Amino acid sequence: MTHRKIFLLVILMATGLLFGCSNTASDEAASGRTVIRINIDPMARNLALTEDLARQFEKETSASIEIIRGPSDATERLAQYMNYVGAKSADIDIYQVDVIWPATLADHLIDLTEAFAPEKDEFFPAIVENNTIGGKLVCVPWFADAGVLYYRDDLLKKYDLPVPETYDDLTTIAAAVQEKVRAEGNADFWGYVWQGKAYEGLTCNALEWQKAEGGGTIVEHDGTVNVNNPAVSSALKRAAGWVGTISPPGVLTYQEDEARNLFQSGNAAFMRNWPYAWALGQSPESNIRGKFAMAPLPGGPGGRASALGGWQLGVSKYSKNPDLATKFVMLLTSAEAQKRRALEASMLPTRTGLYDDAELIEAMPFLPAMKAAFLNATPRPARQSGTRYNQLSSQYFRTVHRILSKQIEADEALKQLEESLPAIMGSGN
Amino acid sequence: MTKGSTALRVSSGLSPLQRRQQRLGWLFLTPALLILAALGFYPLLRTIWLSFTDAELASSVAPRMVGAANYVRLMRDAEFHGAIQHTLAFTLISVSLEMICGFAVAMLLNARLPWRGVLRALVLVPWALPTVVSAKVWNYMFVDTYGVINDLLVTRLGLLSTKIAYLAEPGLALGAVIAVDVWKTTPFVALLLLGGLQLIPPQLNEAAAVDGASPLRRMWHITLPMLMPMVFVTLVFRTLDALRVFDLIWVLTRGQSATESLATYNYRQMVDFRLLGQGSAVSVVILLIVAVFVIAYVALFRPGRSAEGE
Amino acid sequence: MRRLLLHLAGVLVMIIAVFPLYWALNGSLLPSGTIFQSPARWLPIPPSLESYSRVMEARGFLQAAMNSIIVAAAATALSLAAGSLSACALARYRMRGGAAITWLILAMTMFPQITVVGALHAIITKLGLYNTLAGLIVSYQLLTLPFAVWVLTNYFRSVPREIEESAYVDGASPFTTFWRILLPLALPGLVTTGLLVFITSWNEYLFALSLTLTDAARTAPVAIANFAGDTAHEAPWGPIMAAAVLVTLPLVALVLFFQRRLVEGLTAGAVKS
Repeated sequence: MTHRKIFLLVILMATGLLFGCSNTASDEAASGRTVIRINIDPMARNLALTEDLARQFEKETSASIEIIRGPSDATERLAQYMNYVGAKSADIDIYQVDVIWPATLADHLIDLTEAFAPEKDEFFPAIVENNTIGGKLVCVPWFADAGVLYYRDDLLKKYDLPVPETYDDLTTIAAAVQEKVRAEGNADFWGYVWQGKAYEGLTCNALEWQKAEGGGTIVEHDGTVNVNNPAVSSALKRAAGWVGTISPPGVLTYQEDEARNLFQSGNAAFMRNWPYAWALGQSPESNIRGKFAMAPLPGGPGGRASALGGWQLGVSKYSKNPDLATKFVMLLTSAEAQKRRALEASMLPTRTGLYDDAELIEAMPFLPAMKAAFLNATPRPARQSGTRYNQLSSQYFRTVHRILSKQIEADEALKQLEESLPAIMGSGN
Repeated sequence: MTKGSTALRVSSGLSPLQRRQQRLGWLFLTPALLILAALGFYPLLRTIWLSFTDAELASSVAPRMVGAANYVRLMRDAEFHGAIQHTLAFTLISVSLEMICGFAVAMLLNARLPWRGVLRALVLVPWALPTVVSAKVWNYMFVDTYGVINDLLVTRLGLLSTKIAYLAEPGLALGAVIAVDVWKTTPFVALLLLGGLQLIPPQLNEAAAVDGASPLRRMWHITLPMLMPMVFVTLVFRTLDALRVFDLIWVLTRGQSATESLATYNYRQMVDFRLLGQGSAVSVVILLIVAVFVIAYVALFRPGRSAEGE
Repeated sequence: MRRLLLHLAGVLVMIIAVFPLYWALNGSLLPSGTIFQSPARWLPIPPSLESYSRVMEARGFLQAAMNSIIVAAAATALSLAAGSLSACALARYRMRGGAAITWLILAMTMFPQITVVGALHAIITKLGLYNTLAGLIVSYQLLTLPFAVWVLTNYFRSVPREIEESAYVDGASPFTTFWRILLPLALPGLVTTGLLVFITSWNEYLFALSLTLTDAARTAPVAIANFAGDTAHEAPWGPIMAAAVLVTLPLVALVLFFQRRLVEGLTAGAVKS
């Protein structure tokens, strides 16, 4: 019967289609070399450098390095990683780990303590401590980040105003600059921009405010929750006061790049951001080239505080070639590679020694200030909360966001937060 | 099924042709059922099972049965209640607007404009842009300081006196999200309804016109009733999608400023917090809500006759 | 007067529909330093092709676009083939248990994608389809096939029975009737459904991200999400916008090509025969 034939043909075509274009990832390259796959953020300059180092590594070993570009959004990348490790996948050998993920991923990464024992002390101690879970070094610091203050040098000089030392100073100085610039006709000018969207970046910003005010670090080292105190309350109330006065109302929807775009277009006096904004602000097409400078974030009764950011490399427990992968991690985090990464990709080293390197200081004049920032950097309470960090941070930044957008009064919100956090912390394993 | 006017036959009373059709029908259904069973059943059953456990994503500990604990926790969670409210508001408002706008656009596309070919292609652009991208474009247009919407309304046209942060204000944010969804999905609705309009024999309208029925009367008494089957299908799929809205809200507000939807809440639990069991319970609740909507539609639109058979 | 209003309405609808794409195009052609100026620049003069060359240089974008074409076309073909067969059975053959099957098919598509993706990953891996285009093509059926079945059932049901019955009277088999009469008559329905299914597959992101590993199987939305700036935190607006324009234009061309089919066919065909 003809219709049977046609029907069979359709099924055959469909199956042919399905299996005709199969191609599964294999662990052996065509050349017979061992394939090591590394999943990293696709930042262009770092990618180019990593590729260069991969070719170098291939010359020295029997490995063939395959670089897998993950999503540029960190939350999505973590979701993807969870999928891999949840399936105990051997497809990825090396993961790029955010500074807040070591505890989350610790179960799925090998212990690198021994491999890095000789050089462990060359890295910033705060980051090494952050990456040590249950006595095991689960990932190696790759490059570092910390919150800094950008300011319009030209405007402060013009109006004869100082660089703010405290958040109270910042509030008055930003308001003064804003008023003066607006009086000269730029109605779109704002005093201070930062990251206020309800996401991980807000946890960094708010942690800096409350630590500087003397309000602690959300969860202290011994695991006690510390969010409901007068210092936190006044820090958050001050920040809520910025919204709509010295900061645009939309700051509550800003991530790093929205803030940078506004600052770089010349429409803001101060900005809290990460060091990445430096090179972009000094590029030829920037409106503020040569007009701005970088300083440590302001302080307060609790001193100065910069949230610790940055990325680490970890080797998957499910990797079929952990030794080779570890070797590649050692190459990527070597002093030589880190120096190149700083020069070629403006990413800050995790080895203290490089901060005294004359060539680097010439290229990045702010480097000595950054060293101080990293030595005193404030880690987010990721180690204390283990696998529950995301839940804790989410609860925290959502509460802060509601305070900033004036949906709830600060003291009431902090009381609720204090009550909800122990349950989150206690449910972890 | 077999409750329409013509089908009062008992199975033994099937004609040879109908018998052949029955056999062929099962053969015809096989590929779709095979594919869907292979892909759909396991996730469906697994999710329902997981919703009664304390499973965690990528955890080395085996999940334990916890009964209805996940559901009890949801019932007590104020954020979950908020998510239900926002999702229902989002669904009701955006789907209604989309049906109205979609119908209007479908009528427009059906009219004999000389350039309707181009119009038909360009109207589909919002649906054709990947959501990941269009949500980012809207995010950038909504920025208060350098976004183009404020640039247009405040700087160029002077309709507003101050620049507004659309996505930051709890009252406005959901409205902004709905506006983007209506923009994005109206073409989908319009295309389906246009297809429905094409199924109406023009003779019907012409005859009514000869009888002196006004265009409005014709639309009400001929076009709309004939369009109902398509309206039903469109409503079902739009509602299904609206109740699960995720990307748009995730990119625009991350669920903050009173825009948390069930799916963003679900994502937060399941992926961000790794609470697979808890997240699965949310999925099951979404499934139940979808089912309620679909049943309501069947009751409303297809008395005695639903999409499944005559 | 009425025609003028219609033209005006058409222009208005078109402006609203296209403006965000125009804004993306504008952003993709502005030199990178000027995208975020305030007041905004509405015209990219002089245009800069910098963003487009960055997209073209970005590793994997062209291959991803190619993969997207294959995946979307094959997923659409599969959905239309399996969907129209099922729809024919459900709409025409008075299947016993037809109602239950229709609802069961719908139930398969009711969960949020994120719920399904974990289990789907396991199935696709077991089938040996992980990191293959075939894996994506099959997975997309979960999103597109129920839709295709439902919409096509609707279309098939509105084909007048008399035509079919006269074919049976002439001695045609049920399959011939399906192939020769039902399908051609429902062509606009197939085109509409196919277009919507194609766009859904073309734009799908979560499955494409989760079920692929290397560039060999990645699709365009994943490639776009993987665009990053030179350094961390930097969102490369120009290239993202340029890529968005590049992946959308083929769809517009596709619709332009098929649009005539969207409106003629069934009724016209019915009258002709």
